Amino acid sequence: MSNPLVRKLMLSLGAPILALFVAFALTSLVLMALGDPVRDVWITMLSTPKPRMITNVVNGAIVLYLSAIAVAVGFKMNLFNIGVDGQYRVGSFAAAVFAGQAWLPGILNILVAIIVAMVAGGLWASIAAYLKVQRGVSEVISTIMLNAIATGLVSWLLLKVAVRTAGSNAIGTKVIPESSQLEGWKLIPGASNRVYSLLILAVIVGFLYWFVLSKTRFGFDLRATGSSETAAVASGVKVKRMVMTSMILSGALAGLVGMPLLFGQDHSYGTTFQAGLGFAGIGIALLGRNHPVGIAFAALLWSYLDTQANGLQIRAGVAPELVYIIQGIILFAVVIAYEGTRRLDIRLEQQRVARELAAQRTARQTEGAVA
Amino acid sequence: MAVEVEGITKRFPGVVANKDITFAVRRGTVHALCGENGAGKSTLMKILYGVQRQDEGTIKVDGQEVNLHSPSDAIKVGIGMVFQHFMLADNLTVLENVVLGAEKLHGIGSGAKNEIKRISQEFGLGINPDAMVADLGVGARQRVEILKVLYRGAKILILDEPTAVLVPQEVDELFDNLRELKAEGLTVIFISHKLDEVLSVADDITVIRRGTTVASVDPKDVNARQLAELMVGSELPTPETSESTVTDQVVLSLRDITMAGTEGRDLLHDIDLDIHAGEIVGIAGVEGNGQAELVEVIMGMREPSAGTVMLEDTDISDWEVREIREAGIGYIPEDRHRHGLLLDAPLWENRILGHQTERPNVKGQLIDAKSAKADTERIVKEYDVRTPSIFVTAASLSGGNQQKLIVGREMTHAKKVLIASHPTRGVDVGAQAAIWDLMRQARHDGLGVLLISADLEELIGLSDTIRVILRGKLTGTFDPDTVTSQDLGAAMTGADTPHDDIPHPTDPQDVR
Repeated sequence: MSNPLVRKLMLSLGAPILALFVAFALTSLVLMALGDPVRDVWITMLSTPKPRMITNVVNGAIVLYLSAIAVAVGFKMNLFNIGVDGQYRVGSFAAAVFAGQAWLPGILNILVAIIVAMVAGGLWASIAAYLKVQRGVSEVISTIMLNAIATGLVSWLLLKVAVRTAGSNAIGTKVIPESSQLEGWKLIPGASNRVYSLLILAVIVGFLYWFVLSKTRFGFDLRATGSSETAAVASGVKVKRMVMTSMILSGALAGLVGMPLLFGQDHSYGTTFQAGLGFAGIGIALLGRNHPVGIAFAALLWSYLDTQANGLQIRAGVAPELVYIIQGIILFAVVIAYEGTRRLDIRLEQQRVARELAAQRTARQTEGAVA
Repeated sequence: MAVEVEGITKRFPGVVANKDITFAVRRGTVHALCGENGAGKSTLMKILYGVQRQDEGTIKVDGQEVNLHSPSDAIKVGIGMVFQHFMLADNLTVLENVVLGAEKLHGIGSGAKNEIKRISQEFGLGINPDAMVADLGVGARQRVEILKVLYRGAKILILDEPTAVLVPQEVDELFDNLRELKAEGLTVIFISHKLDEVLSVADDITVIRRGTTVASVDPKDVNARQLAELMVGSELPTPETSESTVTDQVVLSLRDITMAGTEGRDLLHDIDLDIHAGEIVGIAGVEGNGQAELVEVIMGMREPSAGTVMLEDTDISDWEVREIREAGIGYIPEDRHRHGLLLDAPLWENRILGHQTERPNVKGQLIDAKSAKADTERIVKEYDVRTPSIFVTAASLSGGNQQKLIVGREMTHAKKVLIASHPTRGVDVGAQAAIWDLMRQARHDGLGVLLISADLEELIGLSDTIRVILRGKLTGTFDPDTVTSQDLGAAMTGADTPHDDIPHPTDPQDVR
């Protein structure tokens, strides 16, 4: 492990792989304890998905990716934005209402609706940001509460604007015009269904996230604040403004979470709109270590588990909710493993630095002796 | 001997907190450990109380070597700790606070109450077990803390800066309590940097400086000035400056700077200070007398209640930290880990820190990684930062090399003024000499330098003028060519004030 690059790679890949094995082992134990068919469960979970299912995995991952990036922006600042769930609800609803009016034609309608979603999500997050900056309210508490309020508020507003779908109890916003519906791309060979067109949105967001954080002044300030608030203050970062900006940014990105669903699948916001995406995003951001590529893999894994679990009831006679146990254990294991490897990494580096400096000294002394 | 400590060494990444600490505490005595803040007292305490493990060395209690892995190990061998910040629940009674976590000893009912009464009576603590902690004053709370420790069977009490929170009358009462404890055969380890208190209550004194024990003295043989000298040291390599480069051009000027404190006393009071180009102004003072606040006001990190700060002809009182840094004031912070570095980030990113808007670090809104890296290489070479590369994290360097990186970074951007707060604290002797050279270089280059240090030799050797800060006021001006460490030590502690055994916080005016 003398090569620092090799060391970094092994440490960063080792931890999640270890976490997967731990999850595998512990879940098996749980299944055995309950007398469930361990073998059948794993055969189902690990079977090669059909092309149609692969499309579902990718589509699920797109949405989860956006959610996790929104959370990761907060994490980089040491802010725990638990409120992505409420922010994406508010954002999706606002965008659905706007797009449903069909004030603008085709693609333009989509683009402006996306901006509407970001503004709505950002505004919703700004409440928590304001409370933190001005009143010192922990963002964890305020965003959890705002999630509850968002659920109620959106349901209430939905009743006001709702259009009842014929022959169903479900209600939803007005369906967006056909010209603004995205039919998706045939990316997976042999699949009858299509990958969301807004895959492109996830790619752009991922790239911008990486670019802004690692290449710009703003990103440097944000990372510095997250890594040491005291050092950031001394370096001239206005921490309050930074908290405000990054929280709103996180909320604006959260507003994007529902967009692939809205334009690629549901075409309206209603009672059946997918819930709980914000909470999954927290886990995926952790698993992907806030890294844009790491999060992509984590989102795919998450979505894969979600999709594969659907077959559990039929093929193994086990409730698909089992997947929550697996995901939960992965998270626990990975958080512990990351902290472990972080410490190991620091220690290894210190040893290496000490060793190399000692070698330099000896080299200089021998040189001196020769001269 | 109640406690014998031998050869204790504790290293943290980048610093050696304790180095070969050796001392012995006699049973039935009050033993004072004194040293400046940052000298390594708190690390030592944590080791004695089992919060941290020493890397080397042994601790013996009553002649038996002990291995302390946790505070419960410490209490088992009879070592108890009274923290500076009380750990009491306000909304519980004294009884409830005392039994909390020690329910197994005497239960939580009348047995416990009787035991508390017995202890209170035996040591003259005057504690009523049924009183609400919320109703108690600071002195009484401290006695509850002491009682808590005694209740758990401690025979050796460690008190961490116990007088810091007390008014003088309460200090007297505390000292009476300590004498009572001593008379009953208990042993007290008393940690403080207040010299007069140490001299009045201790039977033995051990002085710690730069992480190591430098002397064990009998309080009868020393006075406050000699003790101050031991604390700040005088046999280190001397930091002499060459001929004066002071000009008559004022670069930084503070007028009437006042900062209100929370408890009635100003943290800073009517500070007037001028720094000229080519001049090093040293600030001497016992830590906690307003040095940190003074620096934070100049750097724009805290707002004073009144007063102005002028950089040459510009009023910078209302400027933000970033504007002040951009204007050419370099800043070497007192606590490099908290304020000077991002420990997890590579050296080249640390080179950007504090100068995120200045070249060569950025181009417009973008980070110019290439130039920043190249300039980090230059700093590493010019300032002799010992590191295998600029891509290792700051945490992996030794304290001295971290500091040289900070000094290099700040000197690169300091065009007019350099604020250096304890620039050689926690660095080895070699790096210390190098940093002194750099300070001299800054002075030679025509910068105005504000040097804050607890090391009097450093102040006397480097400064062109020395000001003393005491309780938020600049109380004296000394010429480093003629002043001695004794004079400074006396002025710093207020020990040159007539009849001043215990400094009175409400009347600090008659110094000098």
